[in-house]
Amino acid sequence: MLESFIKSLAGVPWLELLITGTVKGSMYALIALGYTMVYGILQMINFANGEIFMIGMFATVFGIALLSSLWGSFAAINLILGVVFAVILASAYGYGSERIAYRRLRNAHILAPLTSAIGLSIVLQQFISNVVGNQPFTFPNYYSDPFAWRVVTLVQGNPATGAGDVGISMLQVCILTTACLLMTALFYMIHCTRVGIAMRAVSQDRLMASLVGIPVNHVIAFTFIVGSSLAAVAGTLFSMYTTTLTWSAGTASGLKAFTAAIIGGIGNIPGAVLGGLLIGIIEDFTIAILGAQWRNVILFAILMLTLILRPRGLLGERVADKV
Amino acid sequence: MLKLENVHAAYGPVEVLKGINLEINPGEIVALLGANGAGKSTTLLTSAGVVATTGGQIWWEGKPLLRPSPDVVLRQGICLCPEGRHIFPRLTVKENLLSGSYLLPKSRDAAKLDRIFDFFPVLKERLQQLGGTLSGGEQQMLAIGRSLMSEPRLLMLDEPSLGLAPQIVQRIFSIIQTINKEGTPILLVEQNAREALRIAHRGYVIVTGEIVLTDTASSLLNSDEVRRAYLGEDE
Repeated sequence: MLESFIKSLAGVPWLELLITGTVKGSMYALIALGYTMVYGILQMINFANGEIFMIGMFATVFGIALLSSLWGSFAAINLILGVVFAVILASAYGYGSERIAYRRLRNAHILAPLTSAIGLSIVLQQFISNVVGNQPFTFPNYYSDPFAWRVVTLVQGNPATGAGDVGISMLQVCILTTACLLMTALFYMIHCTRVGIAMRAVSQDRLMASLVGIPVNHVIAFTFIVGSSLAAVAGTLFSMYTTTLTWSAGTASGLKAFTAAIIGGIGNIPGAVLGGLLIGIIEDFTIAILGAQWRNVILFAILMLTLILRPRGLLGERVADKV
Repeated sequence: MLKLENVHAAYGPVEVLKGINLEINPGEIVALLGANGAGKSTTLLTSAGVVATTGGQIWWEGKPLLRPSPDVVLRQGICLCPEGRHIFPRLTVKENLLSGSYLLPKSRDAAKLDRIFDFFPVLKERLQQLGGTLSGGEQQMLAIGRSLMSEPRLLMLDEPSLGLAPQIVQRIFSIIQTINKEGTPILLVEQNAREALRIAHRGYVIVTGEIVLTDTASSLLNSDEVRRAYLGEDE
């Protein structure tokens, strides 16, 4: 068995896996940022964040479908407006969940908001499941061709058939660029703007933040909105990448992103990004080497190992970046 | 300006304020003196909207003070600089200061910062340092500076001299006096009664949640009762 395992290692297309893993990881990172920001400011895990990601997926597709039926398939415009619609809807969900499920429990025992979050997560998931049904949806296929176009070829395979080629597709470039832009904007906002200072102040000393005039409730609601918007964009990107949408996608990706946030050090912004990338890359390598059925075994074993060896996560010590 | 009328407050079943009557007029420094647990800090926290009243009324410029949360109280012009400084430890000195002017126009920040650096030049040297790395005295200066960023029309200071070296205490008190002379009335809670009464115009003495004595600062300094109880002097 060991021999066959080593043999299978030799044939691993590591460069390709590194690329696909990074692309997937950048989407996990966007979701992980939502978990880590909310934790940073409230010391609470917003388990519903994964469902917001799923709502983002469906909202984009429904937005595109609606616009196409209204004025025809202007693919680019419809896609952009679809994302905007998803972000607005997800923000409303994020804001609403904070207002309804968490705000009143802010001073309750730590288990109360956590349980409320799990409840909200199930409500959202089953709601969408009942609305859209169990059949998986597919992302509109007229987007696949323009995005499948290969931007760079890194390794030339068989020149005749193209087998063994390794490159980066337009879609992968778009996903990485979007993720990078959003993360840069987030870092800028947290470190260089007033609302960023306010968010960090609230996370460090909520009472004092209120005493210097920071409207704590607004800042916390804003944090939920930002986290939900990032999850919604991740949802759009993810559904374009996998082309399939299911109501259960939020739980699957949400748990991985949550794991990413923990591995990076929950509450730590760069940690969430690092954790997301690691999870994406490890997942793709595990699928290629051991098979898809092993990925959750490996991912969650790594989660436990990280917690045992570094309970605060990889970057957990650098609390300076906590939101 | 600020007037507390028969204010009651409680922590659970324990009544801490039992009908406080207190008034601050424009331009004044008013000292609130009392032993540990007498209700000095609670008086400030109640006025700042942190602790709810169980009775009585707080008036601000002739109208009832709205106190749903501290930020709303601050927006009406009352700023509390709480005991223990509460510097944001992982924000830089500059960010700590800017946090104080969250809802005010950015254009006024530079002028306000300059004024604070005039009071506390050391903060200018430490601008990029994290708040948590400052010494106790510097943190107190930062806390007062941060309060000033919110352009308060009444500043409430809770134990600004606590745990500081005598020299630093002198500096802080003289700056409190300057801030007052520039137009901000101050309600000062202090254990260091002698220093507080030296800069105050008037004073109140609070014992187990009730005001038992009020007079001008100089009279209080000379009152036998105050000398015995709070200035540590024998008869």
